[in-house]
Amino acid sequence: MPSREVCLGVGRAAVKRATIPVAFTALCLVSLTVGVNRMSLMALASLSDEAWLTLTASRLPRLAALVLTGVGLATCGVILQHVVRNRFVEPATTGGLEAAKLGILVALSVAPASGALVRASLALGFCFAASLIYVALIGRLQVKNTILVPVIGLMYGSVLGAIAEFYAYSRNMLQSMQGWLLGDFSKIVEGNYEIVWLVLPVVCAAYAFAHRFTLLGMGSDVATSLGISYRAMVALGLLLVSTTVAATVVAVGAVPFVGLVVPNVVALRQGDNLARTLPSVALGGASLVLVCDILGRLLIYPFEVPIGLTMGGVGGLLFLLLIVRQRR
Amino acid sequence: MIKVTALAKSYGNRPILSDVRAEFSSGHLTSLIGPNGAGKSTLLMLIARLLAPTSGIITIDGTDIASLAVGDYAKRVATLRQRPDCNMRLSVEELVTFGRFPHSRGRLTAEDRGAVNEAIAFLSLEPLRNALIDEISGGQRQMAFLAMTIAQETQCLLLDEPLNNLDMKHAVQIMQALRTLCDELGRTVIAVIHDINFAANYSDHIVAMKDGAVHAAGSVSEVVTESGLGELYGLDLEIVERQQGCLCNYFTQKGKTR
Ligand SMILES: Nc1ncnc2c1ncn2[C@@H]1O[C@H](COP(=O)(O)OP(=O)(O)OP(=O)(O)O)[C@@H](O)[C@H]1O
Ligand SMILES: [Mg+2]
Repeated sequence: MPSREVCLGVGRAAVKRATIPVAFTALCLVSLTVGVNRMSLMALASLSDEAWLTLTASRLPRLAALVLTGVGLATCGVILQHVVRNRFVEPATTGGLEAAKLGILVALSVAPASGALVRASLALGFCFAASLIYVALIGRLQVKNTILVPVIGLMYGSVLGAIAEFYAYSRNMLQSMQGWLLGDFSKIVEGNYEIVWLVLPVVCAAYAFAHRFTLLGMGSDVATSLGISYRAMVALGLLLVSTTVAATVVAVGAVPFVGLVVPNVVALRQGDNLARTLPSVALGGASLVLVCDILGRLLIYPFEVPIGLTMGGVGGLLFLLLIVRQRR
Repeated sequence: MIKVTALAKSYGNRPILSDVRAEFSSGHLTSLIGPNGAGKSTLLMLIARLLAPTSGIITIDGTDIASLAVGDYAKRVATLRQRPDCNMRLSVEELVTFGRFPHSRGRLTAEDRGAVNEAIAFLSLEPLRNALIDEISGGQRQMAFLAMTIAQETQCLLLDEPLNNLDMKHAVQIMQALRTLCDELGRTVIAVIHDINFAANYSDHIVAMKDGAVHAAGSVSEVVTESGLGELYGLDLEIVERQQGCLCNYFTQKGKTR
């Protein structure tokens, strides 16, 4: 018979493992019930038509968009970190996000009536090209300094951002650009957010290739001698990252820090073996986005603060804490 | 058998290796020796296909290695680099398990787990099984990476300075382990070894390199001679034959080194 200590230990481990899923489920429920259009569970239970309409046309789409964005951004952050072999990169700090914006601007100016799919495709193309160039740039670097790599990414990103802004300015689109620059879930309703479901196949692919992405993190030599075509895997990784960035930017705008903070917290507690940590990364990302969204909806109720702002605050704070704690 | 023919490698206009010819016979332990910068690592990385040659051919059992797919090559040849620059948070066990990747492609079978456990036991890494590789000592890391290479269960192992960072006892343990791999499992091992006494006492063959070319090659008694080594390293040395093996003394020099 197992001793009491063993039982306790097993119990504690199970509780620990269940923390994230339980928190995630609770956040989902809270997210569904918070909103200007009061919707009580009672009304739902009584099958009131109005309550159901609010649920299916607005709350559920919003929840889906929140979860998919969080899952997608955290997953693509961790993939990018393995590809670049640096913990401090995410699409928002390596030019990927700016390139996606540029892609959307081009789509809007060339074909103003184009749908989300066209915009996302152009965003994907631009983001993928920019990421390839960034990775090639980093590859040519003689000294791969932990700080230098993200700093180069930031500078590269600001060059791309300047090009995007100049392009928008010259076409009189600067104001509308700043509108969708900031991540915002408040306008999500059924029919205008579906592009974000592209995240789902990306996440599935990330799981399927989790071992390979972990190997990329061990460097090209180890990966090659263990039988991986390094370049092909890097290209696939960047393609997954670009797809996620494109889909989320088109649907909800830029949401910073998720791809940076969540993978770092998970790596500290569970390590870097993606096959094991991806579920935590994905759910952690979704939970963080949910928290920030709920905060944004409650802070100046009945008005909303866009998630770009709350995430900037919460995510930035978390990230600072992380760095300070690591130094100790 | 691995055969290297007319191999050359240059970076830009600077030749690093020129016209290297060598044979590494199956089931034997061959040591690569030579001064720093002689091109030992370069040769090993060319054989590992981690570098592309400027010209020349490398064959494994008669097949040109350039014609093999990456995935297939990883089932035949395992490589340990001079400085594995991996700073991931993985446990020793996870690292060693990645050595099975060429066979399992991520889906571990009972056989794969068996190989991992064997490799860990083979290098007595059991106490470190769950330690993170970025939180153990340099020598322990070296052992963990070596275990990963061994878990790959390839016919051929290319080891660049496997004794790096190891204390006397661990160094002896590794050399004995390499001998076991050759003698009992019939593996082909090519190892860069700086300690001439380890090379002389544990290898079947020695290939000595200098200035990007093969300086001498053959059995231990053919290569490890006072005049041969003296010329290779530019040192005065004395070789003492004992019953337990030979000992090369180069610690005291008559004058300034040449
Ligand atoms: N990437 C590179 N670019 C240019 N030159 C290089 C490069 N890598 C190695 N070299 C040069 O090739 C020569 C051989 O290097 P190699 O690493 O093969 O030496 P080695 O025999 O392994 O030396 P050590 O015993 O110090 O490990 C050196 O002179 C080195 O400067
Ligand atoms: Mg070397």
